[in-house]
Amino acid sequence: MNHIISVLVENKAGVLAKISGLFSRRGFNIESLAVGPTDDEKISRITLSVNAEEHSIEQIVKQLYKLINVIKIQELDPLNIVERELVLIKVSADSKTRPEILEIVSVFRANIVDVGKKTIMIEITGNSSKVKALEDLLRPFGILELVRTGKIACSRGSKS
Amino acid sequence: MGKIAGAQMIIKCLKEEGVEVIFGYPGGKVIPLYDALFDSDIRHILVRHEQGAAHAADGYARVTGKTGVCIATSGPGATNLVTGIANAHMDSIPIVAITGQVGTAQIGTDAFQEADITGIAAPITKHNYLVKDVKELPRVIKEAFIIASTGRPGPVLIDIPVDITTDLIDENFKVDISLPGYKPTLKGNLKQVKQAAKKITESKKPVIFAGGGVISSGASDILRKFVKVAKIPVITSLLGMGSFPETGELSLSMAGMHGTKYANLAFTEADLIIAVGVRFDDRVTGKLSEFAPNADVIHIDIDPAEIGKNIKVLIPIVGDAKIVLTDLKSEYEKYIEKKGIPDREQWLSRIKKLKEDYPLKYDRNSNKVKPAYVVEKIYELTKGDAIICTEVGQNQMWAAQYYKFTKPRTLVSSGGLGTMGFGLPASIGAKIGRPDKTVIDIAGDGSIQMVSQELSTAVTNKINIKIMLLNNGYLGMVRQWQQIFFKGRYSHTCIDNSVDFVKLVEAYGGVGFRVKKKEEVESAIKKALEINNLVLVDFWIDREENVYPMVAPGSPISEMLESEMLEGV
Repeated sequence: MNHIISVLVENKAGVLAKISGLFSRRGFNIESLAVGPTDDEKISRITLSVNAEEHSIEQIVKQLYKLINVIKIQELDPLNIVERELVLIKVSADSKTRPEILEIVSVFRANIVDVGKKTIMIEITGNSSKVKALEDLLRPFGILELVRTGKIACSRGSKS
Repeated sequence: MGKIAGAQMIIKCLKEEGVEVIFGYPGGKVIPLYDALFDSDIRHILVRHEQGAAHAADGYARVTGKTGVCIATSGPGATNLVTGIANAHMDSIPIVAITGQVGTAQIGTDAFQEADITGIAAPITKHNYLVKDVKELPRVIKEAFIIASTGRPGPVLIDIPVDITTDLIDENFKVDISLPGYKPTLKGNLKQVKQAAKKITESKKPVIFAGGGVISSGASDILRKFVKVAKIPVITSLLGMGSFPETGELSLSMAGMHGTKYANLAFTEADLIIAVGVRFDDRVTGKLSEFAPNADVIHIDIDPAEIGKNIKVLIPIVGDAKIVLTDLKSEYEKYIEKKGIPDREQWLSRIKKLKEDYPLKYDRNSNKVKPAYVVEKIYELTKGDAIICTEVGQNQMWAAQYYKFTKPRTLVSSGGLGTMGFGLPASIGAKIGRPDKTVIDIAGDGSIQMVSQELSTAVTNKINIKIMLLNNGYLGMVRQWQQIFFKGRYSHTCIDNSVDFVKLVEAYGGVGFRVKKKEEVESAIKKALEINNLVLVDFWIDREENVYPMVAPGSPISEMLESEMLEGV
């Protein structure tokens, strides 16, 4: 099962390495990871997406808590969060296929951020299923490059 | 305000932490630090290999309860500490390791004697620091000692680039510590403690399983008091030995692969395990799915990650063993006051029967020097009052089986990592920590050769440890496995005639003698204890003696192999 874990850490050198190292040495796989400072520059947030059984997740969270630089961990409830990922997709496009691609892009409310002679670069923001759907539709045109930020998520309502 | 160099600040901070002794080895990047140490009254023990420094700091910490400190230079000095740090990490021993590092400007350039020791040591330290500004030193050192010694103890490494040790800093510079993510839970949740007390009164066949956490939290006293009230038999892990007196009738000694059969059977028959400061290591549980099949588990541990890691737990209590046991005892007393003392006569007589039926045994009539006999004699002649260090392997298991531990912090043994070569340097650290005690290293000829250079450390510093070498000319534990599980094919485990140990110890300035006959064992031990020098007694034991009983790997602990089943295989 997919779990999203949000980890508040001290913004110090080497902290990310300690966290990713913990995952690999305990045999857990990170599916996606996004890091950035919070409103407090001393604290960063790491959002991890992990595919694991319930028991393993519990163990991951407990092991993460043992890292001295980890301040707080939240396991986000997938039903009660806003989840986003930003993806840049570079697609092959010539004069024939361009209109069709533009149409798909507009349906998905994605943006065209660059147009070349033979390519189009598309920016899409959304949850995984939306991104996946766009990716599937664009694949036949030839995806040249796909870059994703990793998931970020925030729980809904007043819960922090 | 006067200015001092970073190196002097380090010494000043160490003194503020109450450090009395440092085990270390100088090198290029710690010359300024050693220069500052030269003027200090902190005792420094110069080891002969950095691994020895880490193990000595570990042994010192185990017997005193204080944090051990070791120093090594950058690069190879630091990497030589790694085994010792990993050992302390696995057994939750508080040590602070200080390593030199190349100058801040050279970091990352593959400079001479550069190693990314904070990266290398990350998985084997509780925490580590790379100091990048001299102003961080006071805070980092303070934090390191707090982290190492509180919560679940463990090693902390501080990597200090050489320029930081020469940079100047105000003598009285101080910065508050900042550990927003570090708050160990000490007091157990009272609701769960009450539930546990209730569960214990309802149990017909409870056992207590006491581990290293009981010793490190200083809970041995309260454990004894609780057992006195509750009359529950006590099993220990290897690291828990000494937490409860093995001489008492409620003691079942050590469980597990080479534990007593009665402890393993008690686990298997129990309906409740009250586990305190243990982590249900695979050497204890054997085949996990068949471990204690009838028992519910109350697990008390300071590390939440240990609870539920290996086995299912009914009542988890996160907290310090001493505090939780104190609460548990008073809740239990309230309970029995209301409901009466539970009747456990049947269980206690069953325990008594198990102990009678399955005692530890070896061939007492043999004329050969049996290792168990040697350990029994050591126990007798030290009146059970010595600090026993062990190497790793058969010697370690014989020591655990046949020495009766009655006090906490008297067994110093590498449990989790199983580090050959631990015993000699650890016994050096132990003797420095407890100069008033007889410190004995029960050694094997394989293990001790991994660190025999530390004989020099001991002799030159007049650290009069007694080494009881159970010499069988084999890497005995591996040979035993080869005999039982690999058709007796002794692949690369025979090391006989590798060295004359008597001459070796004499070369270092110690005293050595050899014992080949059973009737010489007692007088040799007596003599060793009387001589005011480092003594090594080279016992030529029965070469192919095995450690029994034994749980075969992958088997449940209730199925133990015993000597008569296998000898002659």
